[in-house]
Amino acid sequence: MARPLSAPAGTLRREVSDALVFALIATALALPFIGIYTVPATAGLRLATRLPDLVAIAGLAFVGRLGLGLARGPWAAGAAVLGLAVAAIGWVGLLPSREVAVFAIAAGLVVLIRGAMRAARGSAEPGAGRRTGADALADGAARLLPYLGPVLFVVALVLPFLPFVDRRLLDLAILVLTYVMLGWGLNIVVGLAGLLDLGYVAFYAVGAYSFALLALHFDWGFWACLPLAGLFAALFGILLGFPVLRLRGDYLAIVTLGFGEMIRIVLVNWTSLTNGPNGISGIPRPSFFGLEFTREPQPGTQSFHQFFGLEFSTLHRVIFLYYLILVLALVTNFFTLRIRRLPLGRAWEALREDEIACRAIGINPTNTKLAAFAIGAMFGGFAGTFFAARQTFVSPESFTFIESAIILAIVVLGGMGSQLGVVLAALLLIGIPEWFRELQDYRMIAFGAAMVAVMIWRPRGLLAVREPTIRLGRRRRGAPS
Amino acid sequence: MEYFLQQLINGITLGAIYGLIAIGYTMVYGIIGMINFAHGEIYMIGAFIALGTILAIGPVGAGAVVLAILLALLVAMMLTATYGWMLERVAYRPLRGAPRLAALISAIGMSILLQNYVQLTQGARVKTLQPLVAGGFTLMEHDGFEVSLSYMQILIVVATIALMTIFTLVITRTALGRAQRACEQDSTMAALVGINVDRTIALTFVMGAALAAVAGLMVTLYYGVIDFFIGFVAGIKAFTAAVFGGIGSIPGAILGGLLIGLIEAFWSGYFSIEYKDVAAFSILVLVLLFRPTGLLGRPEVEKV
Repeated sequence: MARPLSAPAGTLRREVSDALVFALIATALALPFIGIYTVPATAGLRLATRLPDLVAIAGLAFVGRLGLGLARGPWAAGAAVLGLAVAAIGWVGLLPSREVAVFAIAAGLVVLIRGAMRAARGSAEPGAGRRTGADALADGAARLLPYLGPVLFVVALVLPFLPFVDRRLLDLAILVLTYVMLGWGLNIVVGLAGLLDLGYVAFYAVGAYSFALLALHFDWGFWACLPLAGLFAALFGILLGFPVLRLRGDYLAIVTLGFGEMIRIVLVNWTSLTNGPNGISGIPRPSFFGLEFTREPQPGTQSFHQFFGLEFSTLHRVIFLYYLILVLALVTNFFTLRIRRLPLGRAWEALREDEIACRAIGINPTNTKLAAFAIGAMFGGFAGTFFAARQTFVSPESFTFIESAIILAIVVLGGMGSQLGVVLAALLLIGIPEWFRELQDYRMIAFGAAMVAVMIWRPRGLLAVREPTIRLGRRRRGAPS
Repeated sequence: MEYFLQQLINGITLGAIYGLIAIGYTMVYGIIGMINFAHGEIYMIGAFIALGTILAIGPVGAGAVVLAILLALLVAMMLTATYGWMLERVAYRPLRGAPRLAALISAIGMSILLQNYVQLTQGARVKTLQPLVAGGFTLMEHDGFEVSLSYMQILIVVATIALMTIFTLVITRTALGRAQRACEQDSTMAALVGINVDRTIALTFVMGAALAAVAGLMVTLYYGVIDFFIGFVAGIKAFTAAVFGGIGSIPGAILGGLLIGLIEAFWSGYFSIEYKDVAAFSILVLVLLFRPTGLLGRPEVEKV
């Protein structure tokens, strides 16, 4: 039952029975959720059915699995035709709903491509050609990789002045950069020190709320609050980290998750300080060396456009925010790159690999981990301050567990410890879904599926680096850097 | 005194539900050494399937209620178990031997996926069900305050004890249980003596999911209010229970569940209902700090 798809094809009969089992399981899975749903009735709820969808999914599962199975054997061409037929049926709208049709087209195309590739290769040794596809792509990418970082950097620098860039893209870029910064901050904790933190959003929240409260009560500006918020977040990191850093792996993950949730619950319920679920609004926007981005500045001050003699445009503020987060993110990156070469950073990398060996050579694991936790938290706090200043509004809703999960996913998907990987993963996980905002409802499903798929495809992340930053003695020629 | 007794009853009921979910965490952790992050969603799926089944059976007379619940239990356990099997197959099996973090992330991905799948197909609105089992005993009455023990609460505790007994027997007496214990100790060695490790792990997920479905059914019947988001908090609390009792130990999971349930009931009864989740998380932290192996767990020896 349900053999791996990489195994050589069996007989036709075997493939059919295999596909039947698969379709049966798919039907069992789909029945309670796609087959039926509840609608409000006069007294409580009543059931409604979506039978056509259920039947379509069962059929699709059968045909899709059969197609994939056949595509490995001598019937590859047949499988390709089958895939084409399924995609065509989805395309012309014979299926009961749009979702099922999209699914059918995608599945049909996958079967078509696999079948066609196999048929084109003829009766080549099964398994011999498996190195093409994804692996070749990865090889090519690896060769281009050294240039990718500088290219992305240059693009990021000139992005606001590119001709096709509009407000929407710039807002999206700011969002992606915020996550890049958070990812780089968390990378210190997870990627370098190897501590699994599922509550990173707590520090983001501490940063945002520190700024919001300081601005609200003491009327302090962004630039005065930025270092303070980072400090608070770092203090929180030490406070939270001190008791829990003795724990290992999964336990640490759950405890940090608990802390993240606790902070959120406190933010929701401590209404006298945080205004509860309604949040704090009216947070001041950052200024450019004292120059505000307003059309009508306060009497006696100048605003940005007056000082530089420009026509007023709201875009100036967005561009400024863009460069602000770019600089903040690059500072995080630079800091990480440098500290990796210092004894502290080397201790983190060593600790990640083997804690017992570290103890044996006299590294204090608790202090070293605390430093990672605090520094990671500090950058989270900076990002939080920026978030509050950009939104001019904070509420506990922005700091749910899902944010922590997204940030962690960015780090792990990118390849733990890889700075460039974080950028790529942030583009993949934030940029692409956000760009397809129209697909609102399907966004998070696709997000979850992408997390699973990337992990299965590349369990070590898109760009895996686990090499120590510094080696003893001379590096061997040809060794990966 | 009356209030205390009432909270005690409520706490034990709640604890039984947490205990049922916690068994799933503890079994999976025992056998593959990983937190099944999507287990909370499996419980949520179980609750939805139970709701659907009860609605599909339709209104029944007083005599057939037991039969209806048994049928709903059976259907929910079977279909939820399929989800548990699918979860292992999709998110865990391809990643066996991969870094532990990879499996955790794929499980988080699965959790997000399942949550949104249910939201999309069933709607985001809270589902309410008329109570199927109403009534109960009044144990004592004092100054107008009644201590009541509802039939539903009895049902939950009895079902938990029964399932717990069955599962303990399965694990101590059957070939499957022996295989599970063998895989827990050393999966390579177990494979060498002819145990199908993949199959054993899959069955562990299936068993955990079936128990989570029972918890889902109980919650649907007891509270009558479910939505697509219930899995998250319940999952964390049940995990806390599993850790509290000593992860890897099934009696420990039930014990931990009961304690968490009692603490939550008393906390919301005597202190503040808003911070009841904080209480559960604080306990998790305290337990991990002072007794990381839990109440009934064996100490983990760290080897080089």
